[in-house]
Amino acid sequence: MSKILEVNNLEIDFNTYAGTVHAIRNVSFHLDKGETLAIVGESGSGKSVTLRTIMGLLAKNGEVKNGEILFNGQDILKKSEKELNAMRGNDISMIFQDPMTSLDPTMPIGKQVAEVLRIHGSISKKSALDEAARVLELVGIKDAKARLKDYPHQFSGGQRQRIVIAIAIINNPQILIADEPTTALDVTIQAQILNLLKELQTKIDTSIIFITHDLGVVAGIADRVAVMYAGKIIEYGTVDEIFYNAQHPYTWGLLESMPTLETNSDRLHAIPGTPPSLINPPVGDAFAARNAYAMKIDTEQEPPFFKVSDTHYAATWLLHPEAPAVEFPPEIARRREVWKKMNPQLAGKDPEAQAPAPEAKAAASSTEKEAD
Amino acid sequence: MADEKKEVLVSVKHLEQFFNPGKKDEVRAIQDISFDIYKGETLGLVGESGSGKTTTGRAIIRLYKPTNGEILFNGTDIAKLRNGSKDMQEFRRETQMIFQDPYASLNPRMKVKDIIAEGIDIHHLAKDNADRDAQVANLLELVGLNPDHATRYPHEFSGGQRQRIGIARALAVQPQFIIADEPISALDVSIQAQVVNLLKEIQEQRNLTYLFIAHDLSMVKYISDRIAVMHYGRLVELSTADEVYNHPLHPYTQSLLSAIPIPDPEVERRRRPVEYDASIEEDGQKRTMVEITPGHFVFAAESEIEGYKAKAASYK
Amino acid sequence: MADYKINADSFTKAHIEKEASEHISTPSLTFTQDAFRRLKRNKVAMVALWILIIMILLSVLSIWISPHNPDTQHLKWNNLPPKIANFNIPGFNGHGLYQGAETDVYKASGVPNNIWFALGTDSLGRDILSRILVGTRVSLFVAFMATLFDLTIGILYGIVSGWNGGIVDNILQRIIEIISSIPNLVVVILMLLVFKPGLTSIIVAIAFTGWVTMARLIRAQTLQLRDQEFVLAAKTLGESPWKIALHHLIPNLSSTIIIQTMFTIPTAIFFEAFLSYIGIGIPAPTASLGTLLSDGQKNFRFLPYQMVYPAIVISVLMLAFNLLADGLRDAFDPRSAR
Repeated sequence: MSKILEVNNLEIDFNTYAGTVHAIRNVSFHLDKGETLAIVGESGSGKSVTLRTIMGLLAKNGEVKNGEILFNGQDILKKSEKELNAMRGNDISMIFQDPMTSLDPTMPIGKQVAEVLRIHGSISKKSALDEAARVLELVGIKDAKARLKDYPHQFSGGQRQRIVIAIAIINNPQILIADEPTTALDVTIQAQILNLLKELQTKIDTSIIFITHDLGVVAGIADRVAVMYAGKIIEYGTVDEIFYNAQHPYTWGLLESMPTLETNSDRLHAIPGTPPSLINPPVGDAFAARNAYAMKIDTEQEPPFFKVSDTHYAATWLLHPEAPAVEFPPEIARRREVWKKMNPQLAGKDPEAQAPAPEAKAAASSTEKEAD
Repeated sequence: MADEKKEVLVSVKHLEQFFNPGKKDEVRAIQDISFDIYKGETLGLVGESGSGKTTTGRAIIRLYKPTNGEILFNGTDIAKLRNGSKDMQEFRRETQMIFQDPYASLNPRMKVKDIIAEGIDIHHLAKDNADRDAQVANLLELVGLNPDHATRYPHEFSGGQRQRIGIARALAVQPQFIIADEPISALDVSIQAQVVNLLKEIQEQRNLTYLFIAHDLSMVKYISDRIAVMHYGRLVELSTADEVYNHPLHPYTQSLLSAIPIPDPEVERRRRPVEYDASIEEDGQKRTMVEITPGHFVFAAESEIEGYKAKAASYK
Repeated sequence: MADYKINADSFTKAHIEKEASEHISTPSLTFTQDAFRRLKRNKVAMVALWILIIMILLSVLSIWISPHNPDTQHLKWNNLPPKIANFNIPGFNGHGLYQGAETDVYKASGVPNNIWFALGTDSLGRDILSRILVGTRVSLFVAFMATLFDLTIGILYGIVSGWNGGIVDNILQRIIEIISSIPNLVVVILMLLVFKPGLTSIIVAIAFTGWVTMARLIRAQTLQLRDQEFVLAAKTLGESPWKIALHHLIPNLSSTIIIQTMFTIPTAIFFEAFLSYIGIGIPAPTASLGTLLSDGQKNFRFLPYQMVYPAIVISVLMLAFNLLADGLRDAFDPRSAR
């Protein structure tokens, strides 16, 4: 698989009245061709900022302090506004959270969809509208040809999000960025939209970055998952690795706090407290203050990425070979059992035996260019 | 309802809520719904946007004047009370609401202390200023916030903290009955669990009754004793939480359940959403809530009862 | 690779204070404090604010300390050009046209050496500076009255209309439309049938129509606010509509109110000046910026200072109010600034 997008050591600050917010603190990840990468995190974790920066849509008071974003080998951060305009909606397009505000209420939908085509290529008005109708059919707007002249308010919320998707995919983008595209929708509509995205991905052969805070959605759509906390990626791996073999206590907390239909215990597991302020990010592991497994070193030094497998890395001192073995929370222990069943070759081995050898750790740290 | 042992706290009978009645733009938000809420239980009210679930909550707490029907609270018909009357003020103290949007539900120009004490002031529940401050401090501690923050303004708090301030405001008047209108849907996952746990704890401590309105079915199942499913302003199914989840009878409920995303990739790979075709409701047959198995009600026409009974039997 | 200091103690359980994760460390700032901090950063608005403070102070102080009596006529000392003491500042040295020739007019008119008029005198020999100070005071008084009606009628009307909605709102809005369809000038002329021309009729005319914009803005905001969840929460607590208006609506309307007031003031000042200028405003001998402009305009070609200084004052006054209003809007509603 080839990497279509690579983000390296990204650091972004925002200047606000209260002080400088270190919104993105050394984030690196990549996107393979044809895959769906889900970025999970709470509001304020920096997932939206990262993706807006990829689109060249960083707010005015934001400043990229360091890092590069390579799209097909070219650094997006070095592109001019004109080059960015040529890229947006064409090579990379974005679906926003709220279908109400991402469509122009005063323009018929046919024109809105066709307009994207006409911006990025010379095409006659009529054939643009024909193409618009075809794509609208593709995203599931029935009898699209007859509805080209309808206005957004004549469609339901789910249909509007389909139109937004049509606008995003009409130029066959190489990357589709979806910023919580289903959060504003009802569950039944959400299920339809997620199915649609999955179908489209194979039909138009695009890569998707999907931001959400809903782990249920992630489990259904992602190939790989990156978990963000306080402006950093703290764990990433394939969807199975994250859901069944998570290593970071924050990922555990997220998985535990979702009630599954089997949950019958009296209390849900809740991560205590609130995320830290990024004006003065805490020393050490940013999650330490809310972490029941926090060790002394967590409050002193920031953990590097430890390698769990070729695709799975986690930034937690628990993976250090000298760290004591911990007792997993029940929900995580249950998930690890599933992991063992899925990977019989690991059966019999103690899970901790999988912990990286020191040299593996060294390799991981150097490849990830983890700063001190 | 069937269970005679439990004491009914709220009884909604044939409630209808129309907006702009008789005009061209009439909206029939709620059409003839009836249900009881027992003392000390949590009734979950589930439905998608436009189903009338929020309107139901607001009609019961009399933010709207119901078009038709009765709402009995401890035997008094709330639907007929005049705003500002003595009985109404008493009802306002007994019943409280927790709102959806932690950003819109707190007045940005008021200190947290005054937000929480608003009800205390209205109903004269504090002897003096010191007593008022003490009550506020207790409430803040109860919801897990630092009492030293009482003099701060809402915008300094995070979404989860604000929602807990909203809960403290509702608890300040020592209500019996709390309507929670999607109290967690605007919060992050890790914070949702905090708020739900807090609501459960308080319920046990103070023997509260909840009407929990939500569209997130997994949380509702977790917090509710019984669940009512709404669709297009009507109740379509009502039973215990386990029954509705494990033995759903109405096709709409089945469709809703099939759409819940589960944080488990294996389950997700196997998931097949069931689509619901609402047109089956519009065949002109008269439908009412029918008790299919004890305590399990479904909105059904005469001719459909046998089918539902067979379905219920097939689960056994 | 980075160096990590790892010792035996590193992997022992950390002691984390439970309260720490809920603690808020940022200093507490109210919305108003925050708005004024933003205002202070706006240099233009701050300059405008200081200019206004100085002008208001001077015009009020002139009740007690005025260079000359604004109404005293010195028919022999008429049309004197500006002169400041005996400093020989060009433009303020008492030189000008006198009976067709350029000369020291003060000497020619026989003014004693220790008497001077900083901005000259008008055709009746009255001190223009003193009259400008009085005129500014009159203008500000009119502005103050207009604000008063804005604040009372406008806010009350807007809140009642927006809060009740339905039929009440419908009727009140139709009334507003009727009122705002009558031109102000017609109202003033009708007033002249009842009152003598003067402050009263100007203020009544402004009172009659001036609050309409404020009422409309307040109504629109109230319509939004009354469905906000914090207002619903107050209702479910049993708060009376009056108290909701006082505790919840007005504080949240305050930025609209402040900003709209700042725009009302210059409009009222201009309206008064306009009426006086066309001769149906403040009657002689009382000075107002409008009458000063009107008087000065008659001799503008030969004695331009008689019109230029009142014109500068009214321009600066209106500009300062408008700039301050802009600054306040940006400070109170940061979203509209971009």
